Amino acid sequence: MSETTAAPELAAPRAPRNRRSTRTNYELYGWLFMRASGVLLLVLIFGHLYMNLMVGDGINAIDFAFVGGKWSSPLWQTWDLLMLWLAMIHGTNGVRTIINDYAERVGTRVVLKSALYLAFTITVVLGTLVIFTFEPCPAGADPELLASICFP
Amino acid sequence: MPEAPAGTLYRGREGMWSWVAHRVTGFLIFFFLLVHVADTSLVRVSPEAYNAVIGAYKNPIMGLAEAGLVAAIVFHAFNGIRVMLVDFWSSGPRYQRVMLWIVLGLVVVTMAAFLPRHLMNVFGGGH
Ligand code: HEM
Ligand code: HEM
Repeated sequence: MSETTAAPELAAPRAPRNRRSTRTNYELYGWLFMRASGVLLLVLIFGHLYMNLMVGDGINAIDFAFVGGKWSSPLWQTWDLLMLWLAMIHGTNGVRTIINDYAERVGTRVVLKSALYLAFTITVVLGTLVIFTFEPCPAGADPELLASICFP
Repeated sequence: MPEAPAGTLYRGREGMWSWVAHRVTGFLIFFFLLVHVADTSLVRVSPEAYNAVIGAYKNPIMGLAEAGLVAAIVFHAFNGIRVMLVDFWSSGPRYQRVMLWIVLGLVVVTMAAFLPRHLMNVFGGGH
């Protein structure tokens, strides 16, 4: 703290400012997206937690048959799909900001962000496929483990 | 440390700590979500595989971890709304500190509604 540091270079007073530091508005869109998605996520996640933890036996009721019952309804399929995409984009963008703030070396940033985008891609693709290819009543499965909708 | 100039939010005190808490909770929820999607994907393997893994979420230790996760989400969500009010509402910055106490109050109320039910499910007696 005792050594003197060179004074930062300051622009002359009232010098015209070149305010454009980037060529695009992507950071602004990201900032807006964090807010818009946040509002939707509040509804989606609170609904998810209410249905899965509060109704009936809560966590104890969750098993394959429970998921089978929920995902045979287009409402919950759409709900979970939206929640998956919004939470993953919101969370990935948020973690990207955190990496930018703390990882100072360019190499570290590249490595961490590559890992982040890889995790994003795998999770979104996997989660989407699972919702669309889910089979609530797989042939040959133990009937004890299936939802009631499998036995009309 | 010199006094923060009037009108800035992120220098020590409540404004900074709520930002730290918002960051930490968001980070934790993100990693939970990666694991959560991975274990939900076991419904594509077999009913037995899914039930075995989800069974691990039903012991008391995990029950407490779930309560912590819910608390983290509830804080992040309500504080997120506060951040938006500070950004978009013209008087938001003036009330940011009061709004933090409102956020914490709402977190307590929400958890008071959630915890008894959840803990009863986790520790038996609820069914
Ligand atoms: C302890 C609390 C939680 C429990 C017990 C739980 C349980 C479940 C269950 C049983 C499913 C299967 C389908 C359904 O029921 O809708 C599911 C799917 C899902 N959950 Fe949760 N969940 C919890 C917390 C969360 C949180 C906090 C988030 C968001 C950050 C979340 C996001 C999702 C998503 C995106 C899916 C769809 C996954 C996919 O596409 O494969 N869950 N959850
Ligand atoms: C429940 C509804 C949610 C709301 C209302 C919400 C709101 C917000 C807002 C407004 C921001 C921007 C803060 C800022 O610019 O200072 C933010 C940041 C963030 N959110 Fe969320 N969010 C929600 C859910 C989630 C979920 C599910 C995740 C994880 C998957 C998440 C992870 C993050 C992360 C990592 C950040 C970055 C924090 C930082 O830069 O310090 N959020 N959230």
